[in-house]
Amino acid sequence: MTAIPAFAPAYPEIFMALAALALLMLGVFRKNDSMTLVTWLSVLVMTATAVLAVHGTDSAVTFNKLFVVNGFTVFAKVLTLLGAGLTLVLINVWAQGEKVARFELPLLVLFSVLGMMLMISANDLIALYLGVELQSLSLYVLAAYHRDNQRATEAGVKYFVLGALASGLLLYGSSLVYGFAGTTTFEGLATAVKSGPDSIGVTIGIVFVISGLAFKVSAVPFHMWTPDVYEGAPTPITAFFSVAPKIAGLCLFLRALVGPFAGMIEQWQQVIIVIAVLSMTWGAIAAIAQKSIKRLMAYSSIGHVGYALIGLVVGNEEGARGLLFYLLIYLFMNVGTFAVIMSMRVKGKYVEEIGDLAGLSRNNPGMAMALAILMFSMAGIPPMAGFLGKFYIFVAAVNAGFVALAVVGLLASVVGAFYYLRLIKIMYFDEPTAAIIDPPGLTTGIIMAVSSALMLLFFIVPAPLVSGAEAAARALFLG
Amino acid sequence: MSEPAAAASGFLVIGLSHYLTVGAILFTLGIFGIFLNRKNLIVIMMSIELMLLSVSVNLVAFSSFLGDLVGQLFTMLLLTVAAAEAAIGLAIVVVFYRNRRSIEVEDINQLKG
Repeated sequence: MTAIPAFAPAYPEIFMALAALALLMLGVFRKNDSMTLVTWLSVLVMTATAVLAVHGTDSAVTFNKLFVVNGFTVFAKVLTLLGAGLTLVLINVWAQGEKVARFELPLLVLFSVLGMMLMISANDLIALYLGVELQSLSLYVLAAYHRDNQRATEAGVKYFVLGALASGLLLYGSSLVYGFAGTTTFEGLATAVKSGPDSIGVTIGIVFVISGLAFKVSAVPFHMWTPDVYEGAPTPITAFFSVAPKIAGLCLFLRALVGPFAGMIEQWQQVIIVIAVLSMTWGAIAAIAQKSIKRLMAYSSIGHVGYALIGLVVGNEEGARGLLFYLLIYLFMNVGTFAVIMSMRVKGKYVEEIGDLAGLSRNNPGMAMALAILMFSMAGIPPMAGFLGKFYIFVAAVNAGFVALAVVGLLASVVGAFYYLRLIKIMYFDEPTAAIIDPPGLTTGIIMAVSSALMLLFFIVPAPLVSGAEAAARALFLG
Repeated sequence: MSEPAAAASGFLVIGLSHYLTVGAILFTLGIFGIFLNRKNLIVIMMSIELMLLSVSVNLVAFSSFLGDLVGQLFTMLLLTVAAAEAAIGLAIVVVFYRNRRSIEVEDINQLKG
């Protein structure tokens, strides 16, 4: 007789899946215009899931070792839920304004977040793959959600083709790892990799897995889908893409490499160093020539992924702390910036050229101020939160002996500061164009104000969040 | 017939490496199908399927040679996900066709920079 596995560690995911199905039925049975209701109920579900995750089981492995819960996964899940919840509110504002409100939209977000939570908790290559696919399949549909819009559907096609390619690489790598190590569970792999001789098959498999995951977090050289998808997809959905999947993807990346493949750190470290350096530099250089602010944000997020990957290269507790802390800051910076981009409307029509921001400081000083703070933070200028995020990452790198990597990161962030500061220059010093940007809506305004205030005032009390990230990082290395 | 005996008698033995080679060739064909294809999106969808099938070949071969069922289990799940992926991919292609009246690869050109 088979014992029934312990369900308690997976309560947050089970609750979320059931709630999503219930909301799906609610949406179907209510006649019309239920998107606002379903959106707020989805936000409620995400909040409840976060509460369940925080107050749930501390540390457990269940479902035949397919599923793991510890301090690290809880922290990562709360971050993902936070990012998804904030962007979902923005999505609702946009969909109501554009008259494309359908209740499926918040549900797609909910299902992709479920996939992300499963990814974060995956303790087996099969569970990892299924989580990644549940997330990706929902994201492809979200990208093409504005289905009467040529650019959005094209973004959907590009995202789908390249995302499927990434899944293929990930799978091919998993199959090689399975074949040459003889198991798919993370514990089994950890022992097989540590004890056995270096197997070339496993090494090739790991490289394929890394390529697949790098695609999902849009690290150079697997970033080519990012600018197009960011530009084509509706702005608040881009905001969602830039936050939740990145956080979940990087946390999964970290767990997969320092968990099962810890024994092969020499092999994968070189690969990640190359990816991190390329992402940081290309993210900084390619953004300079951009005219569309959404493409600019795409390259900016490629650069940020590069910085976060330094924490992965270091591969110890300090690096993991730096990465988690960086993701936390990145979340608020990006949500805030996208709230501003979403408010860039001229007579109700969305504009996304950088030049459209000219003279914003005169027409709308509050919004200009918020964007200026967020840009200073992105550029990593003290005392903004973005500086602290980069600081912890670079300190971790220097302490572990990766001085050259930290120097490259510093140089890249100096180059990157150019285009962030150029936005501020355009807002404050350029002559305003004829088009005047409309005042932002209430919800968008609140999100903008709160995130820029957080970035500005973060340095006053960073301790609770830093220690939270530290506890999560410690839990990761305990096992 | 055991393997050395078969080899001695001149028969070719199909071993793990043969399966892996087929898998690798199929996978490479899939990748090249995506990147070198100048025709239309349906060919790309087929290439994606080819990649997933090559992984299935790998997994089943490993499963059989390791005497471990997990690989076949993985394949079952993989087939299910591949079906879902194809459905979503085709749906997106249909939406794209409605807007552009074309599924040629060269018509996917609105977004660049």
